[in-house]
Amino acid sequence: MELPRYHRMRRALYHLEGSACAACGGRFFPPRSVCPSCRKGDLAPYRFSGRGTLYSYTRVGQAPRGFASLAPYDVGMVRLEEGPLVTAQLSDTEGVDLAIGMPVEMVTRTLRDAAEHGYIVYGYKFRPLLRP
Amino acid sequence: MRDVGIIGIGQTPVAEHWGRSIRDLAVEAVQAARQDAGVERVDAIYVGNMLSGELAGQENLATLVADAAGLLPVEALKVEAACASGGAALRAACLAVASGAHDYVLAVGVEKMTDLLTDGVTAALATAADADYEAGHGISFVALNAMLMRRYMHEHKARHEDFAPFSVNSHRNAARNPRAMYRHEITPEDFMASPIVSDPINILDSAGICDGAAALLVAPASEARRGRRPPVRIAASTCATDTVGLAERKDPLVWQSVADSARLAYAQAKMAPKDIDLFEVHDAFTIVSVLSLEACGFADRGSALKLAAEGRIAREGDIPICTLGGLKGRGHPVGASGAYQLVETVLQLRGEAGEAQVKGARVGMAQSVGGSGSVAITHILTV
Amino acid sequence: MKTTQEVGIVGYGAYVPRPRVPTRAIAAAWGRSDEARLPVREKSVPALDEDSITMSIEAARSAVARARVAPDRIRAVWVGSESKPYAVKPSSTVVAEAIGATPWVSAADLEFACKAGSEAMQAAYAFVGSGMAGYALAIGMDAAQSKPGDQLEFTAAAGGAAFLFGPSPEAVARVEGSLSYVTDTPDFFRRQHMHYPEHGHRFTGEPAYFAHSRGAAQGLLESLGRRPSDYRWAVFHQPNPKFMRRIAAEMEFTEQQIAPGAVVDRIGNTYSGASLLGLAAILDVAKDGDRIFFCSYGSGAGSDAFSLLATRRLEEVREEAPSVRDYLARRHEIADYGTYLRMSGKIRLL
Repeated sequence: MELPRYHRMRRALYHLEGSACAACGGRFFPPRSVCPSCRKGDLAPYRFSGRGTLYSYTRVGQAPRGFASLAPYDVGMVRLEEGPLVTAQLSDTEGVDLAIGMPVEMVTRTLRDAAEHGYIVYGYKFRPLLRP
Repeated sequence: MRDVGIIGIGQTPVAEHWGRSIRDLAVEAVQAARQDAGVERVDAIYVGNMLSGELAGQENLATLVADAAGLLPVEALKVEAACASGGAALRAACLAVASGAHDYVLAVGVEKMTDLLTDGVTAALATAADADYEAGHGISFVALNAMLMRRYMHEHKARHEDFAPFSVNSHRNAARNPRAMYRHEITPEDFMASPIVSDPINILDSAGICDGAAALLVAPASEARRGRRPPVRIAASTCATDTVGLAERKDPLVWQSVADSARLAYAQAKMAPKDIDLFEVHDAFTIVSVLSLEACGFADRGSALKLAAEGRIAREGDIPICTLGGLKGRGHPVGASGAYQLVETVLQLRGEAGEAQVKGARVGMAQSVGGSGSVAITHILTV
Repeated sequence: MKTTQEVGIVGYGAYVPRPRVPTRAIAAAWGRSDEARLPVREKSVPALDEDSITMSIEAARSAVARARVAPDRIRAVWVGSESKPYAVKPSSTVVAEAIGATPWVSAADLEFACKAGSEAMQAAYAFVGSGMAGYALAIGMDAAQSKPGDQLEFTAAAGGAAFLFGPSPEAVARVEGSLSYVTDTPDFFRRQHMHYPEHGHRFTGEPAYFAHSRGAAQGLLESLGRRPSDYRWAVFHQPNPKFMRRIAAEMEFTEQQIAPGAVVDRIGNTYSGASLLGLAAILDVAKDGDRIFFCSYGSGAGSDAFSLLATRRLEEVREEAPSVRDYLARRHEIADYGTYLRMSGKIRLL
């Protein structure tokens, strides 16, 4: 049971918290401790707005172990309005014609089948705008 | 640094080896390579493998293989670089011999995938991605490649059928390789009729799950020239990396690790793409062939599909790829694939590729890619 | 009935999941041909990746957005639900973490059948009113459970709302008073090992829903010296359209007063969420100076009544988050009973 892993990740999972580099202003998700641009280590937590557009997407039909209860499900790469790309599941897409460039917003949902021993993992996903 | 050559090769057929374990497969390839070289001596063995822990519950794999092959007490280490593990094993062997640390080193690639059900294998393959931010979100490896392919089609206004020539070419070449898994030719129509796995990727865009092992015995080039087989020289051996998370790249359609490892390899070998007679591309998915050809300088950005459409990737073309079937046609036992590519390149350079022989091949490049373009290992071999 | 300090609702947020199941699909599966007598046309059900926690998080985020309050100033997060994902482990801690209220916050899950949410509201009202907290969040949310084939399956729905209580000057609706009315009345229950609740059929009516709704509503009106006609809007617990209209009519509230909050007509009975979702729908339309009467009902049994007064600020912050109407407008129909069973976790393998 990977309880410590999910607990450790809760800020990223619940708040889309990545990091911002004090030296060069770069913003990153997932969080980093060394800036990949200027290679300095002066990074602070940074919370992204959760708004963005769809860079690409697909549907997972053959779910990996741990995701069967959700299958089939859509996943996407989302270009956040602050710049970074994030890979995540898409929600509320049944019957929606997805398209590259479509605006999406972050929601918090269950990420996978209840893990070993029944633990439920919650985290970010993206959906088409509720109020377009 | 010493010049390094390949003095022996061995491989098992790529198949669903229901009756054989990971150690059985590795031993068969090792024995074949030693027999091919006619050399008894082995100073070290590097075993390239991606998933023995996940799929066979077996780590400490290299020692297990060394023991099973009767090589104790030699140095034995497992080398892991996701789907590039096979290439990584040769890179390790090459470094050991070039440095003078060892003289006769075995590089083995082995994978046993069929002991688990598909959902387990799908989850295991996803361990090449970022566990926290990709695999942990149910993003399968196919899904990552499908998103790349959709984006590529969007940016370059490509259609799905434009990718067919890659799969058709791999199957055509595999039909001429007795050790390949899919020894049947396919048509573009078959390709388009194939069931979707993760839209737009279909079954015939993708390399299948299978088992296999391949091995190469490496020695100083001076020894290689005295050997019983035509000597093959390792003119370049390079490795370059990029972010594990696909989304963390400036442009996911630019495979920078692939470009960097190719650039370093051309510099080492003092060659350019035009000097390469055949290219064993890491065609785990058709989109990977496309992005690799563009990153390695065989096609400009957005034009690899044209290269394939014009037949230039065929055995008779100016840049033949996947000459014995590639990952798609021969099969993709992930951690072993890089070693198969190298064994096949050696066969071509020795002129032993049979019906699949590329005429007059003297320079071959083999490149294996781990993750979705996060690590690339390139070798250029010459005769 | 009243707190020592003036308190108001400073923010509110609703949630209704997107999938809808037409009740005729349920009727067809169980061989009921009396389609005309189905209590509602369709009901909302959670998507495969939703539960009462995820739905609470979205409603809570909307409440905080409308309140324009820094989430770390919230001193309590109380979630009322009868569909807690865990038997033991609070939902409220997940919600508190997800909205950024941790760690200096009280958190607990409340259970009182369908009035768990209003119980949380009353506690939040008192917590702020006592001066112990600047802000306290109360949520009523359910992915309502019902036994396959039971009458409840036609209405058991998913959704709810969150209300952030705070100082009266920041209120979108001031609280004028609150009163509870509770007895031991066993009309509906579920024990821990049971997947679905049991209910007393007609016993859930007069001795349960009606007696308690009447008790709390009349008690609060009398104590405030008010009549139904003093209110612009009213909302009652809404297990079905009929019960809600019958109690309203009996108490001489008009159809105009209850119409905007009658969410049950559109999506069914969201249990702990039902009366709160109705109140959120009323806040979506209320104007400065409108009085709102609220009365919940929970089996077991009891009712909580509230008297509220809408302020000018309500209209200012309304657009900061989606309205109930926005949630009702987005829908995706799950037309077959099999898919519905899968989505509501009613298919058990082994």
